[in-house]
Amino acid sequence: MKHELPITLPIKKVIDEAEGIKSFMFHYKLDAKPAQFVMAWIPGVEAKPIGVSYQDEESFGITVSAIGPWSRKICSMKKGDLLGFMGPYGNHFKLEGKNAVMVGGGYGTALLILLAEQALKKKVKATMIVGAKSEKYLIYRDRIKHMGLSAKFTTEDGSFGEKGYNTQVLERMLKESKIDKVYSCGPELMEKKVVEMCLENNVPCETSIERYMKCGFGVCGACCMDAKGKRLCVEGTVYSGKETIKIMEFGKYHRDGSATKRKF
Amino acid sequence: MEKLETKLCGLKLRNPTVLASGIVGVSKASVSYAAENGAGAVTIKSLTTDRREGHPAPIILTYEGGMLNSVGYSNPGIDNVEDEFGELKSVGAPVIGSITGKDAEDFSVLAEKINGMDFAAVEIALSCPHTPGYGTMAGQSTPEATGEITKAVREKTDKPLFVKLSPNVMAISEIAKAAEKAGADAITAVNTLGPGMIIDVKSTKPVLGGKIGGLSGDGLRPVAVRCVYDIYKSVKIPIIGTGGIITGEHAVQMMMAGASAVGIGTAVYNRGIGVFNKINDEISRFMKENGYDSIEDMRGKAHEA
Repeated sequence: MKHELPITLPIKKVIDEAEGIKSFMFHYKLDAKPAQFVMAWIPGVEAKPIGVSYQDEESFGITVSAIGPWSRKICSMKKGDLLGFMGPYGNHFKLEGKNAVMVGGGYGTALLILLAEQALKKKVKATMIVGAKSEKYLIYRDRIKHMGLSAKFTTEDGSFGEKGYNTQVLERMLKESKIDKVYSCGPELMEKKVVEMCLENNVPCETSIERYMKCGFGVCGACCMDAKGKRLCVEGTVYSGKETIKIMEFGKYHRDGSATKRKF
Repeated sequence: MEKLETKLCGLKLRNPTVLASGIVGVSKASVSYAAENGAGAVTIKSLTTDRREGHPAPIILTYEGGMLNSVGYSNPGIDNVEDEFGELKSVGAPVIGSITGKDAEDFSVLAEKINGMDFAAVEIALSCPHTPGYGTMAGQSTPEATGEITKAVREKTDKPLFVKLSPNVMAISEIAKAAEKAGADAITAVNTLGPGMIIDVKSTKPVLGGKIGGLSGDGLRPVAVRCVYDIYKSVKIPIIGTGGIITGEHAVQMMMAGASAVGIGTAVYNRGIGVFNKINDEISRFMKENGYDSIEDMRGKAHEA
């Protein structure tokens, strides 16, 4: 897109992914890289950043969890309804090595799935560890199976897969096998744990971080992180483990829409 | 040897570029990032008495003529930023504290508070074109209102006081004069133009969350240069020329119109956060190639007979 203006597209298909989580497909060649995001605009309402979770030569999709007014509104939309898109924005995951592990927490998995597709296409061994609170919130179970992606599931209540957290599976894998790179996206405290474990084990990693964003392309400052002031939407959202631990506010606090600090 | 250093109301600037208010600027870290990338001075995003979320996104769009923004003064409120904007020396460039209020009384409260903070100067924005209750929408861009508010702020602060004006007026020089008379130390000219609107024809909706937004960038530049040219003729206080400066040559135009320093905003979009260094290099090269030794040598050149 030459200018930062939304391209308005009708919803081509709606997919029920899990309880309160849906995907929306659009006929448009987006060319997003893994972990890049779009500003998704509900005409006349509001735009929010959201990762691209489906993509092929002629279409793309986003996966939305109904947690606030904007996402609930999208989740009530039907085939043919219009959404506007700006982007794609942000940097991206860089696939390296022969054995990749992806750690997705909740709908964070949506930001890792294109990377997993890329890995399979390039014959890189990839394992996805998907964690959720409960079975009903697990996304992409069928999709992962259909892709032929090796996956491990954890749920906090033990309703599906291993009981507990995705990080405990990662901990075992880091001990048991040679992993070339770990990628993660999920709640920030989970990400922090992943980064710390990778640094301890000397395994390179990349994490996609989330912050309140308003413009998406580096002008408004809403997503500038302490203490260096770099803009998550331009210089991020993906940082290496070594970069991540240098971000003073990572795992500690974030800023809301008024730039007021909020603790995790 | 050409020198980029200059002075503005007693502040030493290593170069004439100033991060304009509203671009990044939400935190000490974000203005430090602009300073690290070469800004000679930096301005924070405007503070109000109360915490504000601002308008819903999209808050910024770009189009063939430049940029349209409708941020809506999101900020934590002046009472919640003392920690955020403490010990500003480490920023590496003078930090200008921007405030914006609904009327002279509101501004007076803000001025008293900001005067107690670590900012090198205070800027008052009387000119936002798209936020109800503020700027032009509150009738602040008349000589009378500008004089009244400037006077109220002047009484509460001994820091250098910059008054930011709107280009949406018939005689900007009259407003600049009123600000000068009421005690302003400098004029920041100009704020964004408009407001404007962009409509998405498929959904039939205005795209900006606030529906209307201020125009900046390429489209604003000739208007801003003319405003600075007019103001330079009418006041003795310095001008921070702001509006559509994307390149060093644009900055030189602005200084030839009469600006002592140049505000940089939309160019952060056009050329990235490194734009300050880029513009400074280009000013330097222009000076070298055209025989100017200092920033002062270029100031007001367009007015010479």
